[in-house]
Formats: sequence, C-alpha cells, structure tokens
Amino acid sequence: MNVLIAIVLVVLAAAGTAVVFTREQPSQAIVLSFYGLVVGLLLVLLQAPAVALSEIVVGSVAIPMIVLLVLARAHGAR
Amino acid sequence: MSERTRRIVFVVAALGVAAILLWALAGLPSFGSHESAYARLLNSTTAKRRHVTDVVTATVFDYRGVDTFGEELLLFAAVVGATLLLREQREELHEPPSDQGLGRVAVSMSSAVRLVGVAIIGPAFVFGLSIVAHGHLSPGGGFQGGVVLASVALIAYLVGEYRTLERSAPFAVAELSEGTGAAGYAVMGTLGLIGGAAFLQNVLPLGQLGTLASGGTILFGDVTVGLAVTGALVALFHEFLHQTLVVRRARAKRGSR
Repeated sequence: MNVLIAIVLVVLAAAGTAVVFTREQPSQAIVLSFYGLVVGLLLVLLQAPAVALSEIVVGSVAIPMIVLLVLARAHGAR
Repeated sequence: MSERTRRIVFVVAALGVAAILLWALAGLPSFGSHESAYARLLNSTTAKRRHVTDVVTATVFDYRGVDTFGEELLLFAAVVGATLLLREQREELHEPPSDQGLGRVAVSMSSAVRLVGVAIIGPAFVFGLSIVAHGHLSPGGGFQGGVVLASVALIAYLVGEYRTLERSAPFAVAELSEGTGAAGYAVMGTLGLIGGAAFLQNVLPLGQLGTLASGGTILFGDVTVGLAVTGALVALFHEFLHQTLVVRRARAKRGSR
C-alpha cells in the first residue's frame, strides 16, 4: 500500500507540474481534469472513498467544465 | 517606503510566516493516520446509535447537520449570485445556439462520441440515483450523487445539442429542484423542533441497520442535498452554456456581420 501511495504521490507531483506548464488554457483545463482524477485516486488509497468520489466529480468534471465554458465565453466576446 | 525598507519588511514577515508554518507542520498527525479521538468515538458508536453503516454521511447529515445546512445555503447563494451576474443584458442579442470553436472551425460530433454518450447516459443516471439513495449505507451521498446526476445533463448536451439539454433538463426544473432541495433540508431541520427536540435532531424512527429505510432523517438529508446539488449544477451549466452559445454582445455582432 505504501508503494502505491508513493507512486501516486509522484504522479500527482508530475500532474500538478504539468498543469502549471501547460500554457494553452483550454488544454490546461483538460490537464487539470486529469490532476483531479489523480487526487481522487490518492484519496481512495488513503481509504477516504466518500471524499474521493467528491474530488473526482468536482475536480475532474465540474471545475474543468466551468473553466472551459468561461474560456469559450471570454474568447467569443473578443 | 523605499525599496530597501520594503525588502527588509518582506524578509522579516516571510521568515515569521515560515517559522509559524514549520511549527504548525511539526504538530500535524503523521501522514495517512486517521484515528483522532472524535473519529474513534464516531466509528464505534454510529452503527449502534444511528443505525447507519456510512459514518461519514451520518456525520454530515446528523452529528454535523447544521454545518451542512450552512453549506447548502452557501451553494444556493452562490448559484443565485451566478444567475444574477449572467442575466441577459439589454444590449445583448440572441443567436440560434451553435457550437463555437476557439479561433477555429467547430468540429462536428463524431459518431463514436455520440454512441458512447448514448450508451452511458442511462447507466450514469441510475448510478447517480443509487449513490444518492445509498448514502447512509456505502460511500457517497447527496452531494456526490448530485454531481453525477448533473453530469448526466452534460452528457445529454455532449451527444445532442443545446436544445437537447434544454428539453431533457430545463432550466426551470433545475431551479425548482435546487429550491426544493434547500427548502427540504430546512423542513427536515424543523422536524426535530416538531418532535420536541433540537433543530436538525434525528427524531424519525431509525429502522433496521443496513437496510435502505434506516437512519431516520439521514436518508432525507441525502435526498434533499441531492436535489439541491443536481439543480444547482445543472442551473450553472445552463447559465454558462447559454452565455457561450446563445447570447452575443450587440457590438460584437455588428462588427462580425
């Protein structure tokens, strides 16, 4: 279990770095969605399934969706 | 303040924050440990005292029900605020809804996406309902199930058009669901007062441990929060999609035509 947590923590760090270094905003929303999924995975491994479920639905569906829609709106208004 | 003084003030403040932060971090429980005294108490008594098997849901809707009521009203206020900000302005024009590519031609829907979307739309809906209804038995509950249900409306938009979303999950129904959920939670709270106990106290019969009809008001909390969260998110998606696809600023339109 500890090995799994270590692996997920490394992937999490990589995913977080990837979010920061993705400069194109629509792509960033998609990478952010992947980051939310990895956070959810970590919470599953830490035996917090209820929080994991919340994190996956909010972090990898709701937030990227709102970000994408706002971006589309902001670009469309230009 | 000169730049030199400013830098000195910053270094002193940063060192102070770093010291306090390190002190706080040193006192944290070790990584992954989850056995606080409160957690131990709830884990050992919840099944007996509330007849539910998911301690998290019992904490959220019963022991800490007032906090959840606050969060519920917070979500309600946030969505009302967003709806107010995104209301239609007088100078805005309407266009028939169409997909807008960001600086490129919008790609049409591939049949693979449509097929997968149509295939998962039913199971996802049932899955969301199941997570809401079994919140007191297994991980999940009103909030998580509510977001899953709201994302079903998004799949409906993805496989169809904006009109599909308008028809399958109308804005008015989303608003109604959100309001009913928030009000329902308050009504659940007054059940305690009617029963001669405190606000939000669990006064309904607790039922048999492990069955669907158990836990008293906890299932009621799951259902009302599920309604509120589904309605709130669908209403938000509606507002943003409407702004993105339908509403155009008058000046922008005149410029482009």
